[in-house]
Amino acid sequence: MTMNTGHEIREAIARGEVSAVEATETALAAIAATERRLQAYLQVTPERALARAKEIDAAIARGQDLGLLAGVPVAVKDLFCTQGVRTTAGSKILENFVPPYSATVVRRLEAQGAIIVGKTNMDEFAMGSSCENSAFKATRNPWSTEDVPGGSSGGSAATVGARCVPIALGTDTGGSIREPASFCGVVGVKPTYGRVSRYGIVAFASSLDQAGPMTVDVRDSADALEAIAGFDPMDSTSANVDVPHYAAQLRNDLKGIRVGIVSEFEESIAPDAAMHALYKRAYEDLRALGAELVDVSLPHSKYGLATYYLIAPAEASSNLARYDGARYGLRVDGPDVFSMFDETRAAGFGPEVKRRIILGTYALSSGYYDAYYVRAQKVRTLMKKDFDEAFARCDVIACPAVSCPPFQLGAKSQDPVAMYLMDFFTIPMSLAGVPAMSVPAGYVDDLPVGLQLVAPAFEEGRMFGVAHAYEQATRHAWARTPIVYAGDGHAA
Amino acid sequence: MPEVPIDIAHVAKLARLPLSAEEAERFSSQFGRLFEFIRELQALDVEHVHPTAQVIPLHNVLRTDEVRPCLDHEAAIQNAPATEGPYFKMPRILE
Amino acid sequence: MSKVIGAPADTEAVIGLEVHVELLTASKMFCGCRNAFGAPPNTLVCPVCLGMPGSLPVANAKAVEYLCKAGMALGCTIAEYSKFDRKNYFYPDMPKNYQISQYDMPLTTGGSVTLPSGKRVNLTRIHLEEDTGKNVHAGESIARSAYTLVDYNRAGVPLMEIVSEPEISSAREAEEYLAELKAVMSYIGVSDVKMHEGSLRCDANVSIRPAGARELGTKVEIKNLNSFRSVGRAIEYEIERMRACVREGERIVQETRGWDEGSGTTHSMRSKELAHDYRYFPDPDLVPLELGRALLSRWRTELPELPAAKRTRYVRDFGLSEYDAGVLTSERSDADFFEAVAAASGNPKQAANWMMGDVRKVLDRAEMTLASARGRPEQVAALITLVANGTISGKAAKEVIESVMIDGRQPADVVAERGLAQTSDAGAVAAFVDQALHANADSVASYKAGKEKAFEFLVGQVMKLSRGKANVEMVRGLLKERLG
Ligand SMILES: [Mg+2]
Ligand SMILES: [Zn+2]
Repeated sequence: MTMNTGHEIREAIARGEVSAVEATETALAAIAATERRLQAYLQVTPERALARAKEIDAAIARGQDLGLLAGVPVAVKDLFCTQGVRTTAGSKILENFVPPYSATVVRRLEAQGAIIVGKTNMDEFAMGSSCENSAFKATRNPWSTEDVPGGSSGGSAATVGARCVPIALGTDTGGSIREPASFCGVVGVKPTYGRVSRYGIVAFASSLDQAGPMTVDVRDSADALEAIAGFDPMDSTSANVDVPHYAAQLRNDLKGIRVGIVSEFEESIAPDAAMHALYKRAYEDLRALGAELVDVSLPHSKYGLATYYLIAPAEASSNLARYDGARYGLRVDGPDVFSMFDETRAAGFGPEVKRRIILGTYALSSGYYDAYYVRAQKVRTLMKKDFDEAFARCDVIACPAVSCPPFQLGAKSQDPVAMYLMDFFTIPMSLAGVPAMSVPAGYVDDLPVGLQLVAPAFEEGRMFGVAHAYEQATRHAWARTPIVYAGDGHAA
Repeated sequence: MPEVPIDIAHVAKLARLPLSAEEAERFSSQFGRLFEFIRELQALDVEHVHPTAQVIPLHNVLRTDEVRPCLDHEAAIQNAPATEGPYFKMPRILE
Repeated sequence: MSKVIGAPADTEAVIGLEVHVELLTASKMFCGCRNAFGAPPNTLVCPVCLGMPGSLPVANAKAVEYLCKAGMALGCTIAEYSKFDRKNYFYPDMPKNYQISQYDMPLTTGGSVTLPSGKRVNLTRIHLEEDTGKNVHAGESIARSAYTLVDYNRAGVPLMEIVSEPEISSAREAEEYLAELKAVMSYIGVSDVKMHEGSLRCDANVSIRPAGARELGTKVEIKNLNSFRSVGRAIEYEIERMRACVREGERIVQETRGWDEGSGTTHSMRSKELAHDYRYFPDPDLVPLELGRALLSRWRTELPELPAAKRTRYVRDFGLSEYDAGVLTSERSDADFFEAVAAASGNPKQAANWMMGDVRKVLDRAEMTLASARGRPEQVAALITLVANGTISGKAAKEVIESVMIDGRQPADVVAERGLAQTSDAGAVAAFVDQALHANADSVASYKAGKEKAFEFLVGQVMKLSRGKANVEMVRGLLKERLG
């Protein structure tokens, strides 16, 4: 492996065996070696990263306390505002936008000593499940460069999957961390809604968006979430709930843990024999670790897709109204200000974004609001209740993260609903606001597949505990080496 | 093709997002399948269910009335596609 | 309205006002930028109020408090549960192309404003929202300018929108309604209510209907009303225009019309395209408000005595006329000044006379206000006392007031310096009296022949001889004695 985990790097730095500059150089070299084939980044920022690494080394030399992520190279999705560094959200309409401020989570990462090496590719405004909706490039899967890395946090998943950096940040609105994490064989965490500040994250759907880590192993996710989580006075929806030291909650067995298996999901995955078999084995592995498996039901999960595709586009249609060419970003001039707005938006947004703006505007429009938007919000209530009832019977839920392994580029790009269905297993958790993660669970056709673990609100620690025991027992993440290095002569 | 209730031209106007004829037609047919799912939702009885706008049960999240530093003027307008003096500049407003 | 109405006298006007009041908070509604008027363009802005990608709003507690206090002062019901909604429409002065406002659950409902006639105008609601930026047009008008320049300093300033029921029936009532609202807002200190700086703005919905009809006529919304005068003039103009329409058998079109101060007319503004579908929905970036009884009752106890209560008290306790009480209470600072003069002099009536008469006159002449004047209530009270105890004449006091109010001098000092004190020395006064009687034998004769008027003439002559310093009561007494 070209890159160790974040906690290994930090420990090596603490022991004085390696410097932050060396760790950063290693990451930058790995990115350089793979980027032509992987296309994971919209921008790599080596000067900024190395300057920052020097500061960290100097601080360590001065005897300063090591941050949780001291000297750890980190990549962030290009949805996070980074002061002085272009932030595009994968869209032409923000192609030249340089934010005058940084997202709270970016500031928190840096405060813990992380070194941001670049901004990763993504589906435009986080709308997509394959990374093909980026206005700039299509990222490839590090396990098979013919295939998509998943989306929308595809660049972050790919660069961690390729072991270029140990930690990357993504955002998840309906599955945008968990699905690409599954596709790229990495750990991906969607925290409880309200756990992580949204301030400075380009908004897609405000009541659903959450930032979270994508990492090689569970311990790094635990550390990274601890670094970024917690109340932010700049975000009214961030919860004032204490952030535990998650690393202390990692377990090595599952004695006394009740794991819920969702009966409706088992019916959905059953027709795909390989996927079905993989998940069956995953549940057995959990049982072998001491867990008790119990059946639970999420009866309204079948309405998830429809509910999500009313709520998320509605919020997005309003959130994306600000991109009009007046104050920042792309402008296509017109004879008057409203034609400038029209021309700018028609030229600046890609097809998927347009599709959702139209759908969302419709769902909110006069005469339809109650029938669509309000109704969807009511179903959301029912879905939340489903989880409350399920968690009365179990401690965590284990279920599929995806319905299929990674697919070929272009395979679903003409069929938006087929693409939307990719998020079938991840949407209900987003609507209910509960934390969920994908952890590597093996391979189907030599391509990674993730197991989804779900916990009650603000119980990420419990979720990490289960994920860690499973990861340490199965070691799926270390079982194979991504092929992306092969073509460039960089063997593992 | 299942019927799609959206008046796309009208909605596009509301959204200030003019679509080509080809785009409008493509979207319309793509929405067809999505509305099969949405119609299922409409069959569900939710009459006595409260809508959930926010999943976290927070209220009264307020800030104290304190002045914080503004952006430097230069930083505020640095991304503007056009400026004149200290102003953001854009085409005229047709009343 | 399809029925053709005959003479204009058969119609009545129905007016509702939407008043926007900027709240006097230190910072903006949803960000920490300073809330101030007149700063250089685009210097009071941040990622939040510029609507930059990723920025989020956090509501200002003071703005919520101010709105609730305004609502309490107007007798509104404060909502137990309230929330913020997004009002979606595109306009270049609006950084996010939506305005954070309140739709179906405003902070207050009900309440009323009482006009001087005693008529109550009911309120529909008061809600909290954010102000927009300002478009500056190159050239004389929007339509003729080649481009638009935008200053976002005002974007995000907290704004309360006070919506009245359509219960106002004349331009004059509309002006009275605004004056009362302004008085209440300035009393509770939630706004500086300066129409010329835009901190109080007004749109009027006007319609006419046959006198006594119950159904409302087609309404027209008038915008650009930047002074009390223009509200009155625009409504008058619009009522006349509508009546003329009806007379000519034309249909009144539902539309938005702009008021042009220069020409004194309204003109049709091409209705904002699709303005009717704002696609309101709860703002997912903000959480609901549930203020609770304890907080609300604390705010209620912090409310000052309001103009209406003060007026009643002035009439009842000070014996002032309704009119005088109204004038004295229109501004809280003026009322406070008056009450201090009344208390220190022990003479509320005289205090009222001075405040509405000579004090106002000298301040107006100097283009000053009570706030900017150097004279304080104690000095005015001292002057009243000097008159009351006979030290100076009322006439002399009028000469002193200017130095007191404008220069802040002590009345006693001015009196001494100018030698204005009255003479009550019996010998000196008697000498003046004798001198006058001697010099005006004709008048003495007329008086004795029964001409009462001659007496006043003689008083005047004595005062003239004493150069105004003789105590006039003493003069009268001595004259009566000598002539009797
Ligand atoms: Mg308003
Ligand atoms: Zn601001």
